Amino acid sequence: MTVHFTKDHEWMKIEGDTAWIGITTYARHALGDLVYLELPETGRKVSKGEHFAVVESVKAASEIYTPVSGKIVEVNSTLSSNLDDLKEDIETGWIVKIKMSNPSEVANMMDKTAYDQYVSTLD
Amino acid sequence: MAEFAGYDMPIQYPEGVMAEHHWTRAHAGIFDVSHMGQWIVEGSDASKLFEHLTPSSFSNVPLGTAKYTVLMNAQGGIIDDMIVTRVAEDRFFVVVNAGCKDKDLAWVQSHLTPNVRLRVLDEQALIAVQGPKAEQVMREALDIDTSSLSYMRWMDYGRCMISRLGYTGEDGFEISMPAEDSEIAWNRLLSHPEVKPIGLGARDSLRLEMGYPLYGHDIDDTTSPLEARIGWIMGKRQDTDFVGGTRLAQEKSSGLKRARAGFILTAPGVAREGTEIFSEDGQTKVGIITSGGFSPTLNAAIAMGYINTEFAKDGTGILARVRGRDIPARVTALPFVHPKTKISPKS
Repeated sequence: MTVHFTKDHEWMKIEGDTAWIGITTYARHALGDLVYLELPETGRKVSKGEHFAVVESVKAASEIYTPVSGKIVEVNSTLSSNLDDLKEDIETGWIVKIKMSNPSEVANMMDKTAYDQYVSTLD
Repeated sequence: MAEFAGYDMPIQYPEGVMAEHHWTRAHAGIFDVSHMGQWIVEGSDASKLFEHLTPSSFSNVPLGTAKYTVLMNAQGGIIDDMIVTRVAEDRFFVVVNAGCKDKDLAWVQSHLTPNVRLRVLDEQALIAVQGPKAEQVMREALDIDTSSLSYMRWMDYGRCMISRLGYTGEDGFEISMPAEDSEIAWNRLLSHPEVKPIGLGARDSLRLEMGYPLYGHDIDDTTSPLEARIGWIMGKRQDTDFVGGTRLAQEKSSGLKRARAGFILTAPGVAREGTEIFSEDGQTKVGIITSGGFSPTLNAAIAMGYINTEFAKDGTGILARVRGRDIPARVTALPFVHPKTKISPKS
């Protein structure tokens, strides 16, 4: 199992051809106080870079983009009523599981060390 | 930080919008609103000028009284909303929106008559102190006794001008002072245990709960004061002999097609500016949201906007179409939260 990170502040846990996708602590903090999470339907096909969820904070609506293409095979619907669980926790904080159609898209993503270094250059 | 009308302004301080919002409603928040435009308009025809450029009455405004009003264009739209305070028999202190400063100035200057002068107070800062502890904070942090000052009243205090009003619905003050004094004042306020600094995010959610319109969003050069439901700024004034008055006269006689209203979402979601409003069957577009967000006080999504008048009645069911999803909502009388501004003592 490997965890990858994107410049859009998502984390992605890969097992076989399935990716668990969530948002990082940095993203969670930047979003501020969350009030609503709009989740996708299971079965929806998504392309890399497409938004699959929208998180509403007091400040604004922010889209969450998928770093990989594929089909959404499971949605963590308990998050809608437990917004505090939307965080950098690979066990409980995932938003969707995507069955990847092009696993090579994972190449060149950051690991935790590279991501932490990237975050330290922001702000 | 965000760029706002040419100024770098904090959206939020470290505690975040929600905490800042609740703090202001329970304690006192301070807001650096020095980006707003401040003028002195003076001369023997100053009140006559305001009665020409706004729908409000000024000739009988008592000394030290502040009025909320608008500048209107010839088509009856709103150029800006503003606070005009009589600070002397022939002198008015005016506060206008930051983003409208230049056009407001050009507009008013183009209407000046020989007996009116306008001075821009460029070197003047403006700090708002808002919340139930505001009076205590003014006394303890700045040594200023405001206990005898009523809502929408003004007083001179050394180099400061203090108005008891604000944009939050709480008791509070706006202190106009020379910029060179403002850092000391800000830091003295900040050192008071009841005070926290508040950013633009909570400034917006606080005013939204009060149903106060935000210029450029809820009111603009196409909306009339009657459509915006701020017709009360006309007070007892009956004539429409002011710039833009023709439209108000027409609207008074033939009625309004659309009006500003409040909306509260009755299902999860948030409906923000630009969201279209549909009739309950989802078939007919009946309005648009001009400001929307989450109310920390009500723990619900609230919004305001313009809706066809046949749908504007309190309690009417509607749909807010957010990213293709229809969220049920209902029309709600403004304000969403009851204001706690200091009531003027009966005199």
